[in-house]
Amino acid sequence: MIRIEDISKCYKNIHALRGVSLHVPEGELFAYLGPNGAGKSTTIRILTGLTRLDSGDAYLNGFHIEKETLKAKRQCGMVPQSINLDSELSVFENLDIHGRLFNMQRKDRNEQIQKILEYVELNDRKESQVKKLSGGMKRRLMIARAMIHSPKILFLDEPTVGLDASIRRRIWALIKRIEQSGTTIFLTTHYIEEAEFLAKRVAFLDEGKIVAVNTPERLMSQMGTWAVDRILDNQIETEYFKIREKANRYIALQEEGLTLRRVNLEDAFLKLTGRKVK
Amino acid sequence: MMRGCLAIYYRELLILKRRLPKMIPTMSVSPLLYLVAFGYAVGHGITIDGHTYLEFLIPGLVAMSSMTQAFAIASEINIARFYWNVFEEFQSAPISNMAYVTGEVLGGITRALLSVVIIIILGLIFGVRISCNPLFWLSVFLNSFVFASLAVGMAMLVKSHADQAMFSSFVITPMAFLGGTFFPVDRFPEWAQKILYFLPLTHASKAIRSTSFGSMPDLFSFFLLAIIGGIFFFIAFNCVNRARD
Repeated sequence: MIRIEDISKCYKNIHALRGVSLHVPEGELFAYLGPNGAGKSTTIRILTGLTRLDSGDAYLNGFHIEKETLKAKRQCGMVPQSINLDSELSVFENLDIHGRLFNMQRKDRNEQIQKILEYVELNDRKESQVKKLSGGMKRRLMIARAMIHSPKILFLDEPTVGLDASIRRRIWALIKRIEQSGTTIFLTTHYIEEAEFLAKRVAFLDEGKIVAVNTPERLMSQMGTWAVDRILDNQIETEYFKIREKANRYIALQEEGLTLRRVNLEDAFLKLTGRKVK
Repeated sequence: MMRGCLAIYYRELLILKRRLPKMIPTMSVSPLLYLVAFGYAVGHGITIDGHTYLEFLIPGLVAMSSMTQAFAIASEINIARFYWNVFEEFQSAPISNMAYVTGEVLGGITRALLSVVIIIILGLIFGVRISCNPLFWLSVFLNSFVFASLAVGMAMLVKSHADQAMFSSFVITPMAFLGGTFFPVDRFPEWAQKILYFLPLTHASKAIRSTSFGSMPDLFSFFLLAIIGGIFFFIAFNCVNRARD
């Protein structure tokens, strides 16, 4: 369970977070959606103890992140946005060091490493040096590393950034499996389809503030079900419809160059903030 | 705290083990050149305090090499911090900052001890056997402790690898040459001696040299190195505390 109460963070003159409050119940896969610079990574960095908060309170499974830092850190696993593996060391060594950092006994570590490598389908690469792995493998290894000590909460900061579509889908399947094991997952992303596919609930973050929190379906249904895009010179103008027939009738009355599609979270974000996520 | 510290130290050992085949020749080249150029060519026929120049030089190289190798941990931390982002992994783990600093300092000391073993072997090749008594190892340990602690603190303070290189050029390199390693400090003018007295390496060279000759060292040097090491360690701990945004 994650509880955030009115947290703020300012870097020199830049307000990264302005009074963010959230509650993520146990076992939920929660997505934090917003454009670059919205404050997504800052939130995760605060929750995992990498960054100090200026004001407010945050709790991981009831442990205050500033006052009970070590206990709070034991609750979570973290997959940062940039690859932070020891590339000179092997897959096993990377996982082993992480297990040691989380005070795991040798027997537990070895058993967990074996189990988790099978889980992320990297057991045949156990002795490989990390620098010899592909981008997708490194991402899976980072997820494995974050899971080695069986955390109750998993933070995923843009876990599929820079990966191609097929590898991204593989990572999604892995995240879904982790969710099914009862782990609370806090995911930041600026990929609309990632949030739609994975999350039970989504928070829209814009300029350090949460502008909406709800299920993807509810956020999207505020706009209707169908969207018709018209491409103008440098922008796209969109009309929304609840029923497909109405959208088709609208298209029939207009000149050519219109596209019919389903409403997505980007539409909801655009309506609430006036800006696109990407 | 112990387990966290051992985890950090274990990582340093793993990296050291991986790089060992490359590190041993790298650690040997500079001392070898100094031994050939200064020990044989320049210092031939020179005696200092009843010892040949080669006998005088080797303890100086031990002091210099243990300093530079212990301080080299700063570059490793910087690479882990700025290029590999591995530092974040330690920051998000449930280990205390004290455990982190201790683990890294131990890593630096281990590198330094390795470099000292190499110099002792080179000394034997050049026909000089120094006395490796417990006080000799204690002085090497204290010297390494001072500079490994300084390295961890510096690595937290600098904002880039270039800053780190600048510190090495302006502080570590001059100290390596002026801290009683290649010639006795008392050959300098008095005003310079007063300045050099405040360098930890001056005291380390003195302690290492006297213990390697088998004489009773000035215990004040040991005391001073322990105090300076303690201060640098405390500074390093505070710098790690402040390394969070």
